Amino acid sequence: MASRLLWASRAASYLRISVFHRGFSSVIKDLKYADSHEWVKVDGNSATIGITDHAQDHLGDVVYVELPEVGVTVKQDASFGAVESVKATSDVNSPVSGKVVEVNEELSSSPALVNSSPYEDGWIIKVEMDNAGELKKLMDADQYTKFCEEEDSKH
Amino acid sequence: MIQQQGKKVGLPLMNLVRLNRTPILKQLHLEEKLLRKSSTNWCIINDGTDTPAIVMGISGKPSELLEIGSVLRDQVPVIKRFTGGGTVVVDKGTVFVTLICNKDDVPGVQPYPRSIMSWSGLLYNQVFKGIADFQLRENDYVFGNRKFGGNAQSITKNRWIHHTSFLWDYAEGNMAFLKQPARAPEYRMERGHTEFICRMNEYLPRTDFIEKTTEAVETYFSVKNVNLEATEEPCGAEFVPSTRLLSKQELEEALGPQPEIIGVSV
Repeated sequence: MASRLLWASRAASYLRISVFHRGFSSVIKDLKYADSHEWVKVDGNSATIGITDHAQDHLGDVVYVELPEVGVTVKQDASFGAVESVKATSDVNSPVSGKVVEVNEELSSSPALVNSSPYEDGWIIKVEMDNAGELKKLMDADQYTKFCEEEDSKH
Repeated sequence: MIQQQGKKVGLPLMNLVRLNRTPILKQLHLEEKLLRKSSTNWCIINDGTDTPAIVMGISGKPSELLEIGSVLRDQVPVIKRFTGGGTVVVDKGTVFVTLICNKDDVPGVQPYPRSIMSWSGLLYNQVFKGIADFQLRENDYVFGNRKFGGNAQSITKNRWIHHTSFLWDYAEGNMAFLKQPARAPEYRMERGHTEFICRMNEYLPRTDFIEKTTEAVETYFSVKNVNLEATEEPCGAEFVPSTRLLSKQELEEALGPQPEIIGVSV
């Protein structure tokens, strides 16, 4: 058991995934995180956005994703869409401001990708950022991990 | 501790609005506005809606959920609401109870569907204590294994709404507008509507239910009765709800092409 845990820890390190065992939610090292549990992957001026493993785990099985239209503007901290799970719609908020340049159409037919692959195939929108400085307001992986632990410990 | 009538020291404030036969579309528009634009906690109790209507959740598809031919023939309004969840037929026999809360005013409840649902189960446990075999079962309120209350929610960054349609009474004929849903709770066990649901009026008087619900809410909030005009003040006029009435054209398109009936001369 101990050797298996060690292997898992080394594999996680190689893949740049932090695994904290409380709730078993994963956090990816090179992403930035909002306190409303969205992640953003930055590549130049382009931002790919989705919801975190922590969020999808707490939401339950996603059955529907409401996507914005390509071309609309999004504002940091403001809602741009929603996911439906259990009996609820939950807002998805943008970690950055900018213009939506692509949406993940796959989610219309396969909303469960948000659960099974929150950081990869379950991405939701891509945004052309208009103010990269906003990234400073977001958390890094370690800060987000701690944030989730604190939030869960209150309940 | 000194307690003023209707106020409990230390509890967050909740405005209680009592409505009677307010149209469900108007109620839903009000709720969506208060969720998005207000920063106050609200409880809305609407004692029935004026005329029968079908209300679907945000992702509802008429072709999958409704007997569209019957709906069009009887001209029943079909509404798509802003919350998740399933499809209901509502009328004057439906009692609606809605809670709109700041997440920080309900400590111990995380702003996620299961946590909010679980808390609501505790609240209604107080309402039905000693009356019937009440349970929260797979997101429905049931007596035994029969559903009498359906729930739905919407969760924003700092607030959430949990609203329930309670089957005080219902017309069996209205259930014929609904198909058996593909997504159904396990405890339903493929029962048809009339075998699956039950009427609350067989268990307690209507006034008792509303009174006990108000009392249960008062254990969590300092409740203040307000009138409908109070809902206008904090929100202003500029809000466009997503909840809407589906058009006849949309329903006809969902029905798809119908076979042409050719008369035969004899």
